[in-house]
Amino acid sequence: MNFSEVFKQSNQLCKVSPDGKYLATCVQYRLVVRDFNTLQIVHLYTCLDQVMHMEWSSDSLFIFCAMYKRGLVQVWSLEQPDWHCKIDEGSIGLVSSRWSPDGRHILNTTEFNLRVTVWSLCTKSVSYIKYPKACQKGVDFTADGRYMALAERRECKDYISVFVCDDWHLLRHFESETQDLAGLEWSPNSCVLAVWDNCLEYKILLYSLDGRLLSSYSAYEWSLGIKSVAWSPSSQFLAVGSYDEKVRILNHITWKKITEFEHPATIINTKAVVFKEVEKRPVVGSEDLSIHQMTVDNSLFSTQSKYEITQLPAQVPVIKPDPDRANPKIGISALAFSADNRFLATKNDNMPQSLWVWDMQRLSLLAVLEQTAPVRCFVWDPRRPRLALCTGNTKVYLWSPAGCVSVNVPVEGSFQVQSLFWHCSGSSLVLLSKEHICLCYMEAEEEK
Amino acid sequence: MGDWWTPAMMPDPSLDTKELSSISGISMSSSRQNLHHSLHSTMALPKTSYSMLSAFCTEENISQCIAYINQEVCSLGLTGVSFESKSGSLSAVPVVNLLYEVLQLQRRAQCALHELETQQLKNGSDLEHLQHSNCRLKDQLEHTRRENSGLHEGERQLQLKIKTLQNCLKSEKEEVQKLQSIISSRATQYNHDTKRKERECTKLKERLNQLLMDKRDKKLSIEISNHVGRSDGKRGLWKTGKMEARHEGEMYRALLSDYETRQRSLMMENSELKKVLQHMKKDMITILSPKKPCVKTEPADDSLEQAVSEGEEEIGDSSRETLEQSCEQAREQLTNSIRLQWRKLKSHMERLDSQASLVACQEREGEEMMSRKEHEEEMQRMRMELQQCKEFIHMQQQLLQQQLSSPCDEETAALLNDCYTLEEKERLKEEWKLFNEQKKNFERERKNFTEAAIRLGHERKTFEEDRAAWLKTQFLNMTPFVDRKRPALSEPHSALSVGTEPEAKLQSTPPLVTKSLFSTPKAAPVKMPSTADLYRTLHLIPDSRYSHVPGARGHGKCPSGEMLTKSRLRNCSTDCSVISLVRDENSPI
Repeated sequence: MNFSEVFKQSNQLCKVSPDGKYLATCVQYRLVVRDFNTLQIVHLYTCLDQVMHMEWSSDSLFIFCAMYKRGLVQVWSLEQPDWHCKIDEGSIGLVSSRWSPDGRHILNTTEFNLRVTVWSLCTKSVSYIKYPKACQKGVDFTADGRYMALAERRECKDYISVFVCDDWHLLRHFESETQDLAGLEWSPNSCVLAVWDNCLEYKILLYSLDGRLLSSYSAYEWSLGIKSVAWSPSSQFLAVGSYDEKVRILNHITWKKITEFEHPATIINTKAVVFKEVEKRPVVGSEDLSIHQMTVDNSLFSTQSKYEITQLPAQVPVIKPDPDRANPKIGISALAFSADNRFLATKNDNMPQSLWVWDMQRLSLLAVLEQTAPVRCFVWDPRRPRLALCTGNTKVYLWSPAGCVSVNVPVEGSFQVQSLFWHCSGSSLVLLSKEHICLCYMEAEEEK
Repeated sequence: MGDWWTPAMMPDPSLDTKELSSISGISMSSSRQNLHHSLHSTMALPKTSYSMLSAFCTEENISQCIAYINQEVCSLGLTGVSFESKSGSLSAVPVVNLLYEVLQLQRRAQCALHELETQQLKNGSDLEHLQHSNCRLKDQLEHTRRENSGLHEGERQLQLKIKTLQNCLKSEKEEVQKLQSIISSRATQYNHDTKRKERECTKLKERLNQLLMDKRDKKLSIEISNHVGRSDGKRGLWKTGKMEARHEGEMYRALLSDYETRQRSLMMENSELKKVLQHMKKDMITILSPKKPCVKTEPADDSLEQAVSEGEEEIGDSSRETLEQSCEQAREQLTNSIRLQWRKLKSHMERLDSQASLVACQEREGEEMMSRKEHEEEMQRMRMELQQCKEFIHMQQQLLQQQLSSPCDEETAALLNDCYTLEEKERLKEEWKLFNEQKKNFERERKNFTEAAIRLGHERKTFEEDRAAWLKTQFLNMTPFVDRKRPALSEPHSALSVGTEPEAKLQSTPPLVTKSLFSTPKAAPVKMPSTADLYRTLHLIPDSRYSHVPGARGHGKCPSGEMLTKSRLRNCSTDCSVISLVRDENSPI
């Protein structure tokens, strides 16, 4: 495991191009594009204001930088550095921008969710989509980039529009059977649209591409409902995390529940392994006080940690949510399937220090990672069954079916990992602290 | 005292009586002292004794006295004494007699008096007792009355309470109802409000939009140096009805292809499951059939039956396999037979388990000898079985023919009753042809079956070898871990595997692989994998830990990893976990 040097970054804006060749970072109003392998600066673009959002186009040829305060979007080309494009949303304001899957259109959502403006880079044309709904996840593109589903609100009813991304033709428009739609997501095979209601009602609806209601599922009533939803990459499973601290797995044939994963405070499942992170202050022995120490100086100040396997039954630290406050810290807030569909990682909000890994073949608990600090972010390797997570301290943690490791980020000063993501090849990991980034290279097996 | 004198105020008491009475008076005195109130008694005793002054009888009034006494005595029913006035003396005898009688009388009276006195006493005490009890009862009555009134009071109070509580309940109910109505009204109001707000909001948005559009927002613009080509390199197309149709078509095509892939995957899964089922069945047959000579004791007849049914079923199965197994009935039959055999296998396995320990002992002694002998035996048995199977085939053939011919016979009978028509004749002919074809088919199947039987023999041999090995390992593993291993062997997960790739599916099917896969978590009796291995599996290990580092990445290599290794090496042991890790690596994940 090697680490690169540290680069500056602002607003957590750091993205690797979809083809994996470039690394783009924003530093205030500057956009820096580096070669991912050499980390040499390839291009340097200057924007009009501090960048709030930045995104690569799907073909890695363009990057846009959005400056929401100014209602501006600037697009840069990698092939022609002197090419430029500026989109001004005008006085209406801008709250979010995204690329269309073809990388030739930019979708701007204006303030108050007044409309979605579709700007074409090919024809300079503008089109509007009215009545977009302001919700958790109101827009989603299919994985093949052909269709876009958009949640709409008209006459106090929820509607879903399916557009063909090629020419923004409205393919289907139908009313959804939700009280207050909270989100929608296409299945990875682009054929089923999962739509869920807001947390007041546990309801998940599954629509076919042509707008037919395939199924609807509700686990219970009169209690806070769905908190998170995730498709397995094979579209075989739909995992639904809810406020009752359970994950329900629906199958793709009958859309009925196959199983539910509970997150108990006491783990008694003997097949599960509980890894507990144990911190250790390094003991400075006399032999350590040598020149060798100079290289490890920063690790002297940071604590070392390692995982220990806890004997079962094990207790998981639980915090009690405040019942009087909205959005209580309870329930499954994050779910992620591994790329090979074999594992599911979940995080229960009232057990913030624990990450649960489930075996999807046996439909049982496989491992629990108990950290010393609340888990901030966890991401699966896009190629292997390997999970990286961070807890806002100076360490990166990795889990694989073989076990767990914690690795200190060996940079000068402290590098507190706030979030992380994988390079698309799975060979390296990009770590983000508040103002810096650092690359972490995994040694691939085939290189050995 | 004076009272008693009243009857005694006799004018002239005689002398005799005076003495007598004085004596009696003395004798009386004691009793008189004791029971003075009983002296009220009606007995008119002459208690004239004391007064010496006025004696009853004197010389002068003797005759009057006697007369008086006579009179008195007469009244008492006694014969009086006759006074001989001539002699002027009293004859003693009648007087004494009289006296005696009087005395008797007196004694009797005394007795009676006594009795009466005791009676009186008794009555008195009784009375007292009764009075007491009366008193007590009165008290009790009073007490109970008081109690009663107290209870009444309590009851009243309780009733009152109940009433108030009922009132409370009613009011609470009303409250609840009220609250519910309030809630519902609020909810409706809220809904209404939100709807209104939303409508207002949309109106505002609309207005805003209008305004923005009307104003011809100068700023709303796109500045672009030159147009870019479409990502697919094609030109944009006009929106026409044709396009719409094309989109629809594409969408349906996508849906269709999805359904197709899904159907295909389901078919695949289905066939896989069927294959597994067939395989299992075959395995079970091979496991179960050689059992009969082995377990010749009680389940001998059972196993024979079983062999019969299996033979039949096998034929059926092989034909079914060739036919295509989508038929509902066939499937049901198959599953049923499998279930049956599975049950048998289970019981057999249990038996085997119990036998295993014994067999293992014997096997250890003459393993090689046994194996050869057993092999030969096995061959013999196989031949026998083959013969049997052939017989079964014959039998079945016959049965089939019968079955086929029997409806024909019925028909002919019916036809005899009625009359032949040309059509029916033709049909019969056709049926005959069909039957011939079936016969041919059957012949073919028989051939297939013989082949299958040979194959079976081979498989059986391998299985026997496996079994021997298993028994051996079973014996060798006669440790407490044996129990834990068994469930792993009998785990029936497999076919319903989750992964999409066939590799994953296949991998989960053989139990041994799964075991090795999941032995890492099972090593919970803490055996930490060594850091090196962990790193290797995580693909984290650098080619060489220190020296070779690519220049660009240069700066910070990971010293902490090294530190970790150090710290870990203490409590890691290189054992099974390492092996499992390596396997894990190799296995396609």
